[in-house]
Amino acid sequence: MRCLVLALAGLLAGTAALAQPQADGQWTMAARDHASTRFSPLAEVTPANAAQLQLAFSFPTGLSRGHEAAPIVAEDTMFIVGPYPNPLFALDLTKPGAPLKWRFDPKPHPSSQGVACCDTVNRGAAYDKGRLFFNTLDNQTIAVDAKTGKELWRTQLGDIKKGESMTMAPLVVKDKVLVGNAGGEFGVRGWLTALDAATGTIAWRAYSTGPDKDVLIGPDFKPFYKSDQGKDLGVTTWPSGMWKIGGGTVWGWVSYDAELDLVYYGTGNPGPWNPEQRPGDNKWTSGVFARKPDTGEAVWYYQLSPHDLHDYDAVNESILVDLDLQGSKRKVLLRPERNGYVYVMDRTTGQVLSATPFVHVTSSLGVDLQTGALKYNPAKDARMGETVRSICPASPGAKDWQPAAWSPRTRILYIPHQNLCQDASVYEASYIAGTPFVGADVKMYAGPGGHRGVFTAWDPVAARKVWEVKEDFPVWSGALVTAGDVVFYGTMDGWFKALDAKSGKELWKFKTDSGIIGQPVTYRGPDGKQYVAVLAGVGGWAGAIVSGRLDPRDGGAAAGFVNAMRDLPERTKAGGKLYVFALPGSGK
Amino acid sequence: MRLLALLAAVVVAPAFAQPIEALRTPPVKVHAPSDVLRVCADPDNLPYSRADGSGFENRIARLLAMDLGVDLQFAWLPDRRGFVRKTLGAGDCDVLIGVPAGFERVAPTRPYYRSSYAWVQREGAGEPPSSFDDPQLAGRRIGIQLIGDDQATSPPGFALARHAAGAHVVGFPIPGDKPAAQRIVEAIAAGELDAGIVWGPQAGYFAKRASVPMRVAPMAAPPDLARVQPFAFEIAVGVRRGEDALRQRVDEALVRHRAEIDTILAEYGVPRVEGTP
Repeated sequence: MRCLVLALAGLLAGTAALAQPQADGQWTMAARDHASTRFSPLAEVTPANAAQLQLAFSFPTGLSRGHEAAPIVAEDTMFIVGPYPNPLFALDLTKPGAPLKWRFDPKPHPSSQGVACCDTVNRGAAYDKGRLFFNTLDNQTIAVDAKTGKELWRTQLGDIKKGESMTMAPLVVKDKVLVGNAGGEFGVRGWLTALDAATGTIAWRAYSTGPDKDVLIGPDFKPFYKSDQGKDLGVTTWPSGMWKIGGGTVWGWVSYDAELDLVYYGTGNPGPWNPEQRPGDNKWTSGVFARKPDTGEAVWYYQLSPHDLHDYDAVNESILVDLDLQGSKRKVLLRPERNGYVYVMDRTTGQVLSATPFVHVTSSLGVDLQTGALKYNPAKDARMGETVRSICPASPGAKDWQPAAWSPRTRILYIPHQNLCQDASVYEASYIAGTPFVGADVKMYAGPGGHRGVFTAWDPVAARKVWEVKEDFPVWSGALVTAGDVVFYGTMDGWFKALDAKSGKELWKFKTDSGIIGQPVTYRGPDGKQYVAVLAGVGGWAGAIVSGRLDPRDGGAAAGFVNAMRDLPERTKAGGKLYVFALPGSGK
Repeated sequence: MRLLALLAAVVVAPAFAQPIEALRTPPVKVHAPSDVLRVCADPDNLPYSRADGSGFENRIARLLAMDLGVDLQFAWLPDRRGFVRKTLGAGDCDVLIGVPAGFERVAPTRPYYRSSYAWVQREGAGEPPSSFDDPQLAGRRIGIQLIGDDQATSPPGFALARHAAGAHVVGFPIPGDKPAAQRIVEAIAAGELDAGIVWGPQAGYFAKRASVPMRVAPMAAPPDLARVQPFAFEIAVGVRRGEDALRQRVDEALVRHRAEIDTILAEYGVPRVEGTP
């Protein structure tokens, strides 16, 4: 019944309401809506009563790697994807304590653990028309029947032998499942692929490097800036043939605007070359694409970090909102970017309307709005044999994968992020696959102020911070905001917090057994009550020191992240567990 | 420097209400057993090691176990990023037969050989370049190994870029059906590449087995890069940091068997170089 309503809502797409509330309190995709707002219309929990939130039920996953998935809620059932080996759990929300309804084990190949760069995470499933879609670390996209847990189809999309893996959450758009790959540092060529939701057959694949025909660039491609215009730039902006293993993987977020009928997503950093070996802009890495979902054809592109020097992937979310800018209503996308700027872009054309630093930035000097060019700071260009200190932001960026939320009520962007800088200093001999090299010894540490994390409320119109909460550790969890004007996020030492969305005042917090790097969601239960759910289970690149049991004495481990996280093992421990909260009292 | 910071970290215990032991997940505490030599090795990375024991590091491991009068056990794992952490760090094994001297993630023994990156080409296809500024170099299709570590590169790849000779460089990533060095040598034999600059032990081994006669010539780093990106590296055995007793026993065994080790290395075609990088 409810399913039918939802399906109808899907058919009626194309209205002006971007972040179209779903027919009820469901949460069917990682960001809740195609606009990637992570805003829920539920308003039962408010600043006045949030302090009374209490644990309704919990569910241990039995896994110890990083838990980054968003719980998915549909058909009175909650669906959770775990880290490797990627089990899919279905919990029955109609029964007390939400017992396990079924469990699906995809059995990914064990070798896939060896190609994951930064912990064997998974960012969750997507629900559409009675089916769950999710990716496995060994490059399979799988469709499962939501009621029974029976496999409907599975498609092998990439090859672990080539260094490919998959960690992202799919997005379903017009009966197509959009998925992308990971593994840029291994010489993987990035792509976004659309699969037919009914059969799993590949409808189209758009590569991030190479000739126009591979990138699905045709006559309709109209990038806003000159630097992105020209034939076969995915070949000519690289030294001979390097595009073949050029990176630009698509392991982050995808958004969709039904009115413009455009899909938006970002591409990862160029790899696996040292910057000096790949002169040129290295298109189409570290940038954002707009494409037509039916054919994959590119409509525009903008390169956020041309010829990336600092591992600034551009895979962060594009949040689609309409803003009043200088007296006119603009359809924009907001990107709190790894390189340290919040970009406000016209999502029809790809024009950058503003780009404002939201952290301390030394690696660049601003964005030229005329040309769209990021102005690098040559003093922070890490050159072999030289010591470069205070590169800010560090390689994980001002903000990594952890998704921000937007409230149409407060008109504020809620950004979970980190405050880290790095030195590339002592160079030491290393040896991978029996091949010696001298590598930069990267050391990350807290940026100005000494705190490693921040939760920032940002006004994209005024291009300024409204309020912020400083956190000791990087805020590696997603953000959630509700119509009750409450915002939620978790910390790596295991606090799940509720703040007043307007003021940032802390309303409530709960201590979890393991640090939180998951994506909080909220839904209306079968009893009519509002619930808030989050997966705890520390890990990921930032938390690998715990989930991977790294030696805190080895500051260079996890690509230099361990140096900044030495004290995490004393503050939390590994272990995945779902926590679900609600206000006291029975539902309606 | 790093050690100093570590000592400081140990002294400053954070103040917690509950005993720290309840919260901490300590790194695995392991010590090498004294009745068995547990060696960490890649199951498919010739010439070093292979699951059938046919690599030269497998041979050296057998030699060491014999000398120490203990059984030999291998823990197999592909040598990728995180190899040290997932082998020595996890306590699955105690010895790495090949690490660069001065590699800080392990406690290395004294080096037992020194090799260098080498130019590989077909026999009779002209002369190897005289230097990185040789005008012919820029026009050649040259294969190099890629590292698979963000923004890290092999020293020859770096030298080619610095000397504007990187226009026709082809990178061979670690992942693939065969070792990258083998794929490079096969591409040279097939005429798809003019040459490769490959780490010596791999260059020598695969060139010896190539379908056409090959020439292998150790190369020196260009003078401007010799200090920061040398082409020659000393290779040692590595044990877990803090395992000084085991390191000493291995060190002594390496000295006792120097002649046999040299014979093994020669048999596998490992080019040896002397002197400074």
